[in-house]
Amino acid sequence: MMTNNNSEPKYVIETQDLEIYYGDFKAVTNVNMKIEHNKITAIIGPSGCGKSTLLRAFNRMNELYAGTSIKGNVIFNGQDIYAKEVDPVEVRYRIGMVFQKPNPFPKSIYENIAWTARIHGYKGNMDELVESSLQQAALWDEVKDKLHQSGLSLSGGQQQRLCIARAISIKPEVILMDEPASALDPIATLKIEELMQELKKNYTITIVTHNMQQAARASDYTAMMMLSGEGERSGTVIEFDETKKIFTRPSDKRTEDYVTGRFG
Amino acid sequence: MAELTEKKLSTMSLRRRPRWGETIIQGLLFFSGFFSIFITFGIVYELGKEALLFFQMPGVDLLSTITTTEWKPHVNKFGIWPLLTSTLLTSTIAMTIAIPLGMSVAIYLSEYASPRVRSTLKPILEVLAGIPTIVYGYFALTFMTPLLRQIFGSDVVQIYNTASAGLVMGILILPLITSMTEDSLSAVPRSLREAAYGMGATKLEVAVQIVVPAALSGIAAAIIVGISRAIGETMIVAVAAGAGPNFTLNPFIGAETITGHIVRISGGDLSYDSIDYNSIFALGLFLFLTTLVLNIISQAIVRRFREVYE
Amino acid sequence: MKEKAVVQGFANNLDWRNRKGVFWHVIFQASTIVGIITLITLIFNVIDSAFGYVAYEARVDPDTLTMNGIPLEEQSKEQLVELLQSTLSSGAYNKLNNEKSFEDRSREEVFQVIVERIIRPKVVRVWDLWPSLTQADEIRATVAQDFPKAELDFVSWLTRDFVTRPQTSEPLTAGVRTAILGSLWTIFFTILLAFPIGVGAAIYLEEYASDNWLNRVIQTNINNLAGVPSIVYGILGLAIFVRTLEPLTSGKLFGLVDLTTANGRTVLSAGLTLGLLVLPIIIINAQEAIRAVPRSLRNASYGVGATKWQTVWSHILPNAMPGILTGTILAISRAIGETAPLVVVGASTAISFDPSSPFSKFTTLPIQIYQWTARPQAEFQSLAAAAILVLLILLLSLNASAVLLRNRFSRRF
Repeated sequence: MMTNNNSEPKYVIETQDLEIYYGDFKAVTNVNMKIEHNKITAIIGPSGCGKSTLLRAFNRMNELYAGTSIKGNVIFNGQDIYAKEVDPVEVRYRIGMVFQKPNPFPKSIYENIAWTARIHGYKGNMDELVESSLQQAALWDEVKDKLHQSGLSLSGGQQQRLCIARAISIKPEVILMDEPASALDPIATLKIEELMQELKKNYTITIVTHNMQQAARASDYTAMMMLSGEGERSGTVIEFDETKKIFTRPSDKRTEDYVTGRFG
Repeated sequence: MAELTEKKLSTMSLRRRPRWGETIIQGLLFFSGFFSIFITFGIVYELGKEALLFFQMPGVDLLSTITTTEWKPHVNKFGIWPLLTSTLLTSTIAMTIAIPLGMSVAIYLSEYASPRVRSTLKPILEVLAGIPTIVYGYFALTFMTPLLRQIFGSDVVQIYNTASAGLVMGILILPLITSMTEDSLSAVPRSLREAAYGMGATKLEVAVQIVVPAALSGIAAAIIVGISRAIGETMIVAVAAGAGPNFTLNPFIGAETITGHIVRISGGDLSYDSIDYNSIFALGLFLFLTTLVLNIISQAIVRRFREVYE
Repeated sequence: MKEKAVVQGFANNLDWRNRKGVFWHVIFQASTIVGIITLITLIFNVIDSAFGYVAYEARVDPDTLTMNGIPLEEQSKEQLVELLQSTLSSGAYNKLNNEKSFEDRSREEVFQVIVERIIRPKVVRVWDLWPSLTQADEIRATVAQDFPKAELDFVSWLTRDFVTRPQTSEPLTAGVRTAILGSLWTIFFTILLAFPIGVGAAIYLEEYASDNWLNRVIQTNINNLAGVPSIVYGILGLAIFVRTLEPLTSGKLFGLVDLTTANGRTVLSAGLTLGLLVLPIIIINAQEAIRAVPRSLRNASYGVGATKWQTVWSHILPNAMPGILTGTILAISRAIGETAPLVVVGASTAISFDPSSPFSKFTTLPIQIYQWTARPQAEFQSLAAAAILVLLILLLSLNASAVLLRNRFSRRF
């Protein structure tokens, strides 16, 4: 069933005519994109164009905001995650998320990971899981002596890596990252980017960023979003292609203006 | 780790699994939320039922209740006016004290007081608001009444009188009006004040002509809640306003309010299904509906007020 | 020229405007000071009555009650009961025995009965604190002249004994233990009803309820219930707990009580009635505390695939708990001070024994204050003042603990 044919890329998430509404307001229009297995896909675009809204729709986090609804489909491994019989909790277990502002639980570093694993019924060796998760998140060496201190005692960059460790501790297939470095200093940002390259081997990553250099440096594919349609009030993906192509010879004039800094 | 991965592969479906614990808890929580509906239903049902029985008693009818001016249960006279006038009398006296004083204090706190003064005064208001009403009743009887009798003469002012109860009730309501008014004054955007100052207005002009009108609906809501509180207030009038209904508008003689009457009747030997028993339910229903209408009006005003700034 | 004309159109009135400003500033400030003075007066008025000179006469000299050379204070419980039996009429003795049998009463309780029924010290006059301090000589002269047999003592009506003695009809020996225990029993049932349902309702409304008409009705209803006068809850409690649920609230259903005297006017009914009264307050306070938990924490939890209840139980409740507890304590202090609903539910006018079960008759501290305040004699006013001080100290310490809780666990985000 899960044959990996090298010649044909495997897509993990596929959206079909996706539209996202806040009440009556259509925030995102007509998105069709395919997210490839074990690749980093970046979503870029000016602020307010619906990047985060689109990202949150990939694991049904948008439902936690009152009044949101969607039209169209989001297919994850062949299943529509918005189908009636699908449990959003199950979706978020498979598709993890890292947020803009680091948000560790106000618990110990250890507990941040252990609690997450426990609610999903993990019965194995907890110490091992905590250690390997922190190691994968490149945080182990910094925190191994203070595992029982509060997660909030860490620096911003460390907190964000703890959140990544927490997300990968339950082995999701996809990790959604919503501007994960925007609240961090350049060095911490660099560490997160290096970490993403490392994680790419095992996970599919989709990242929203307002930082074009970051998208150009770190991603394989890039989706360019912009307000268009509905009187320029609704966001949509105007171009989706290999990152290299988006940043060197985009086919859409607006993309070119944006990536060369001539926009807005 | 291996277990976790294996488990995931074996349950690839995203299908909803039954989570019985979650469902039961959600049911319990919904019951808790819905419980308050039972309370309202209980109030309306029980009070309505007994009030209906009251009006079915021989010699009692709604028309004479709202048109006659004698409430004498022992001779089957149930005209509500004596209870109503004293309720209105105490509430009016209370509001006459509480509105100007409460607004002045609120304006002072919001517009004049330094942060340090404010942070000392607000807890004092909270203390005042937290004192049980029976203590205010004691204060009315042992301080306010003797004071009034000293000022106006003990031949004019009876030991039990509505003036004393009303004045102390005003003090009781003061913190309520102050804090609600102060909240709505401080909700007025800073930019509005700056606009007025920028055109050379004095502090008083900004406070009274700009901020107060902008907060007017919040202030109105505070006043209505205050009135509702005054009508329902019980212990002060039970202690200080006098026992026995009295159709009068003289604030210096004793007269029983609706709440005071309920307390006196139910404090004695009250047997079920007696006319006294039923009458307190009818009075209770009247109180409930009156205060409910006032509270709904005040909430409606507050809601409209919110829309202005959001 | 034109410009100047416009300027001339304005009155040069700044002086007058400033004077007006100062005038109203004084008015606003004075109002605030009036408020503070009122609070001080209120407290002074209570303290004034709670201390001062008392002149009293014993109706029977305790020295005449010495038995076999043992003074009254040192006699055993059995001797005291014997004394009661021989002095009181058998009817009066049996009545006391029926209220609570002498076997079940402690020695101290029996001694109280003797003071109350046999020695019967009688207050002849009471002075407030202020005259007691400023006119002590005149008071002594008055007593010597008007009540030559009386003893004059400077008493504090608020003493440790006042707190630990049961209620009696004799002002000099009356205490508030019965009332304090009544309040505690009542509050226990209030918390038992209102805390779980209140927190549950708040969780439901904040975390589970979607924005539909039913949930809006529930929310509006709760806001309205918070404004219903407390006496209406008393009437509701009378109808539901005292009357309809009598078999339950009187304890008859459980067969634990004397079926001939049991009725629904019990601590259980009182506690549940107050529970309904404070429920909306607890819900509203708990909702505020839950709303203060930052969204990012919810995102973090849902983002790793936690269910709603896992999120609520592990993250929202622990972080909202200080706020919920603070709000609950404030609601409970409201319940402790409530009088009117309990009068309607049927607090007992005079009981001298402590509540011992959910089905006991009850009185509470505010009820006791009410009953003493309603008596015309000055000595009962003094008792009421002392009881008010006990109540205020209780409420003040509750509020202080709420403030401490709030500061200790102040926001960590």
